[in-house]
Amino acid sequence: MMSFTATKFAPSPLPLNSTIPRSNDKPLSFSFDHFKPHPSSSFLGSTRTLLRFGALARPHARTRSSSPVSAVLLQQTSNLLVTKEEGLELYEDMILGRFFEDKCAEMYYRGKMFGFVHLYNGQEAVSTGFIKLLKKEDSVVSTYRDHVHALSKGVPSRQVMSELFGKATGCCRGQGGSMHMFSKEHNLLGGFAFIGEGIPVATGAAFTNKYKREVLNQADADHVTLAFFGDGTCNNGQFFECLNMAALWKLPIVFVVENNLWAIGMSHLRATSDPQIYKKGPAFGMPGVHVDGMDVLKVREVAKEAIQRARRGEGPTLVECETYRFRGHSLADPDELRDPAEKEHYAGRDPIAALKKYLFENNLANEQELKAIEKKIDEVLEDAVEFADNSPLPPRSQLLENVFADPKGFGIGPDGSYRCEDPKFTQGTAHV
Amino acid sequence: MSADPKVFLMGEEVGEYQGAYKISKGLLEKYGPERVLDTPITEAGFAGIGVGAAYYGLRPVVEFMTFNFSMQAIDHIINSAAKSNYMSAGQISVPIVFRGPNGAAAGVGAQHSQCYASWYGACPGLKVLTPYSSEDARGLLKAAIRDPDPVVFLENELLYGESFPVTAEALDSSFCLPIGKAKIEREGKDVTITAYSKMVGYALKAAETLAKEGISAEVINLRSIRPLDRSTINNSVRKTNRLVTVEEGFPQHGVGAEICTSVIEESFGYLDAPVERIAGADVPMPYAANLERMAVPQVEDIVRAAKRACYRSVPLAAAA
Repeated sequence: MMSFTATKFAPSPLPLNSTIPRSNDKPLSFSFDHFKPHPSSSFLGSTRTLLRFGALARPHARTRSSSPVSAVLLQQTSNLLVTKEEGLELYEDMILGRFFEDKCAEMYYRGKMFGFVHLYNGQEAVSTGFIKLLKKEDSVVSTYRDHVHALSKGVPSRQVMSELFGKATGCCRGQGGSMHMFSKEHNLLGGFAFIGEGIPVATGAAFTNKYKREVLNQADADHVTLAFFGDGTCNNGQFFECLNMAALWKLPIVFVVENNLWAIGMSHLRATSDPQIYKKGPAFGMPGVHVDGMDVLKVREVAKEAIQRARRGEGPTLVECETYRFRGHSLADPDELRDPAEKEHYAGRDPIAALKKYLFENNLANEQELKAIEKKIDEVLEDAVEFADNSPLPPRSQLLENVFADPKGFGIGPDGSYRCEDPKFTQGTAHV
Repeated sequence: MSADPKVFLMGEEVGEYQGAYKISKGLLEKYGPERVLDTPITEAGFAGIGVGAAYYGLRPVVEFMTFNFSMQAIDHIINSAAKSNYMSAGQISVPIVFRGPNGAAAGVGAQHSQCYASWYGACPGLKVLTPYSSEDARGLLKAAIRDPDPVVFLENELLYGESFPVTAEALDSSFCLPIGKAKIEREGKDVTITAYSKMVGYALKAAETLAKEGISAEVINLRSIRPLDRSTINNSVRKTNRLVTVEEGFPQHGVGAEICTSVIEESFGYLDAPVERIAGADVPMPYAANLERMAVPQVEDIVRAAKRACYRSVPLAAAA
């Protein structure tokens, strides 16, 4: 078992025009398709550099061959990356994510869902690839694009759908909404609207594990935290602050960048001085890995190593997943700036189609089994929508609840006793 | 920290430097570097790390070297700490304390002198405390650390050096003060003066001066900006019928504005005079010593305001 040692990741510049061949025996469709920059992006600096070195300028080629990850793959005895059960589990999770998001769009246009809704279509490989490797005690911190992270982590679709409808049976009783999914039971720590906000919180959750081991002497504490965020966030100060502290204190965290090339309408190339995000890891003393985020099996392989590294106490990893969102930034986004050719290119790399192809080609599943899964998910979602529809709206008394864990925080009322002790307070009729 | 191993301190210079203002002196030696953490200069980062740790049940005490630096972390104090219990419908509470010196010191300039009581006092989900005396500091800090909600604990650099008498009760290890209860530092019957933090000392001195001139002032040490003890304030105003609010921060949307409105809403009929509001000058803090003195309320300002509220600009004895 290869272990990541710090020396392997001493920051040395990777040659852009290397011709190290990728030796792989997997029938996965490895698209070496060159990175097609958006024609209207006027940021010429790094675009030119990438273009000049043509097709082999795919950055992940060199990273992977110089990282121990590919070495692990070469040592595998079996040709296959997953067993049949694992393959079907991954397929089901991605289908759940995809169908759920499509259902959200349907419900939004029917007026049942409102506000800001950010859909995850196209990025399912990242969520499934990482989160399906976690234990229940491990935690996930996400951004506003968190529905599928919640589902992959195990929050029931009924609860997520109700939360989106704003009903009292939602995972946060309707108080959080699309962008703020929290679940203590499944260790989903949100759901943050401000980009970059979740990264320090995730770092703190990872810190807790270290604290439990070292101060509270819980030797079995080995939970790992995953922080998901996008390419735009990688230019934010909090990201760098946390890369520094996580590496400094060797925290059990994996920083997962879902680089879908767009931050609303701002192309990654226009916003970033050096668009290769994985390079920012070694600058802070942690490994930086780039992976094709449209391929769930590749993501899973990288995730396995990164999560195990964290669990062993060797510190953080930065994983950049190159992925794409098929829909706009949110349901209110007209999505006019992205080139249709780019969208088509990535639609051809749909992660679900890729996994399906892999399962068929390796005789791990047949058409009926996959259709059965899809039908099952359809039924689950129909049930979720019905449940959400029939659920009650939050009662009026819920407005003042949970502002504080200790409701004495509402202070002392005119009669000198604490406001929260007044019975009318919880019925929502007391004056505040 | 000795009672609960989940409590830890995190901030700049809290460990080896013994605290930027020596507040955490000796703690590193006693509890070790795992519980007294020196952080890099990353307010947003370590405030967020504290919040993440609090999500998991640890009880961090995050120190800001001054609360001016908390502006770099204010997103975490409000969005990920204050609002989380509500957004998660009670699943995730955040038992964190953000503490540090607040308000003006001496000659530190505009960017190091702002008072944040009114900004943080406006946010639901936060508790905001402002101790004055040693007893306040001890009792309120213990209460804050034991509290399951995020608490912003606003200390004062100049008060760090002042000594106060303490009772034996206050020195007891389980001594705690209730959050949300103000203290009447001095009883009186002619005018109510509310103040917090350093201004309580000034108000008490002003009350001494006023007493010599026949005006008996009641001084209320607010202790808790959020929740504000409106009940004590209103009862006092109903007794004295006159109110002077004192604060060091900027006047617009300040603590005094809230107290004034609260009194008007609940005790309008009892007021015999308009509410007098003393606050810092509506300017960024100047550096020159004489200008700084003009920009911060002084004892004379409080005395003058109290007399205005009593419609007396000459001592009672001289009024014929």
